[in-house]
Amino acid sequence: MTSGSEPARPLPLRALPVGEHGLLIELDRAGDAEALHAELLRRAADGTLPGVREIVPAARTVFLDGLADPGALAAQLPGWRVPPPAAGDRPPVEIPVRYDGPDLADVAALWGVTPEDVVRLHSGTAFRVAFCGFAPGFGYLTGLPVRLHVPRRATPRTRVPVGSVGLAGPYTGVYPRSSPGGWQLIGRTDAVLWDPRREPAALLAPGTPVRFVPVTAPVPAPRTGRAAEETTR
Amino acid sequence: MTDRARPRDGGDHAPADRALVVVRAGVLTTVQDLGRPGHAHLGVPRSGALDEPAHRLANRLVGNPAPAATLETTLTGCAVRLRTAATAAVTGAACPVAVDGRPAPWGAPVRVPAGAVLDVGPATHGLRSYVAVAGGIDAEPVLGSRATDLLSGLGPDPLADGAVLPLGRPYGPPAAADAVPHAGFAAELVLPFRPGPRDDWFTAAGLRTLATAVFRVSPAANRIGLRTEGPPLERARDGELPSEGMPLGALQVPPNGLPVLFLHDHPTTGGYPVAGVVPERYLAAAAQAVPGTPVRFVRMR
Repeated sequence: MTSGSEPARPLPLRALPVGEHGLLIELDRAGDAEALHAELLRRAADGTLPGVREIVPAARTVFLDGLADPGALAAQLPGWRVPPPAAGDRPPVEIPVRYDGPDLADVAALWGVTPEDVVRLHSGTAFRVAFCGFAPGFGYLTGLPVRLHVPRRATPRTRVPVGSVGLAGPYTGVYPRSSPGGWQLIGRTDAVLWDPRREPAALLAPGTPVRFVPVTAPVPAPRTGRAAEETTR
Repeated sequence: MTDRARPRDGGDHAPADRALVVVRAGVLTTVQDLGRPGHAHLGVPRSGALDEPAHRLANRLVGNPAPAATLETTLTGCAVRLRTAATAAVTGAACPVAVDGRPAPWGAPVRVPAGAVLDVGPATHGLRSYVAVAGGIDAEPVLGSRATDLLSGLGPDPLADGAVLPLGRPYGPPAAADAVPHAGFAAELVLPFRPGPRDDWFTAAGLRTLATAVFRVSPAANRIGLRTEGPPLERARDGELPSEGMPLGALQVPPNGLPVLFLHDHPTTGGYPVAGVVPERYLAAAAQAVPGTPVRFVRMR
């Protein structure tokens, strides 16, 4: 486990050129990618990453685009002393979930536990948004131990309802809108993951801590954002 | 000039009059501007006009600033009725232009009287025309942009017959340009690329294929990516990468081995290797290449 008392240190990394203004920085460990992402955000806010337009963290990488001088940054990166990712410095976003997904029994079988244990284990996990993608507002949440990683469904569903809570590989995610998908669905939430009229539009952004809270009855959550969007033109 | 243009364009109309009505939507006409960069970390594509120089030129011809929204047509053009008199201009793919059936110039400011139909005909060269109207298309911005993003569904819907789009108030006099020279479109699309970041996922022979073979623009090409047909690139290793950030201009190679050039509505992360990246300044030409156009990828330096 990382702890806040660990010293800042250089990270083992490779900086791969991406076109004329981009760098893909590859790290050995997911924790190092988190730490470097946080450091890059600090430096971007300080104005010391000239030109930077996008900072896109992912599983083992951080992609930077729009850099004025990617070669100079690539040369400096190995010398940066990067503090470990800060933990527990803000309260988690709580997402209420009805654990009644169609794959709950399958996940229980894969984990070798009862469906009730799936609810207990999943809602007891401190998740964090490792990165976003696939659709606006879709966060890839990490935190499950390796023994609870599950494969995608052999046959993807053509339609996964909005708000579905799914598992795939090391990740948990919530579908921000209805779409095709191959994740194992264990529940559903009424939380609005994405609303471009809201500030911020995305409930989950890279680095956001998340906890899932089991609920038994349907939650009459207000759906104002989505409803408003659908009435527009 | 200014004194004559402003009273006619501006001012006295009620806001509801400042609008255009879609008479013929065409196969795919979308509202575009300079897109919504800076949100890739949330999974939001850049979006925006695929032929950005043409979008900018159309705006300049009618006196709009570059971020004003234009219409981007696809192959078959479109027709719109203006509820108020306004200056319009058509750039990008060459095409016949008419106002109420009378021929009008392409690539030049055109006065469209109130109630008249501006018809943007099928492209004769290129694929996507840009239609600017003084004041710009005043659709509601999402994350700072009015662009239609076909991957994630942000921004206004693609045009439909009968739809009404609001227009903004004119910004000022149109640019003093009588006509615009047009370089034309090459019979063969030549796209320079920088190798990487995942060129090591391909064999030397595979990279040679990318840099020397003639590909063709696939009929499945769209705003998300310019798909190609041709010889597959030989991979040095199987499998997928953990998802990673994807740049505009990426030459992403899915398991079928055929490179897809990522255009403005591309997904922001992905797990297929990127063999090279085409710099942004070459993408406008790619946006104008019709299906079947031969494509060569040329390694830079």
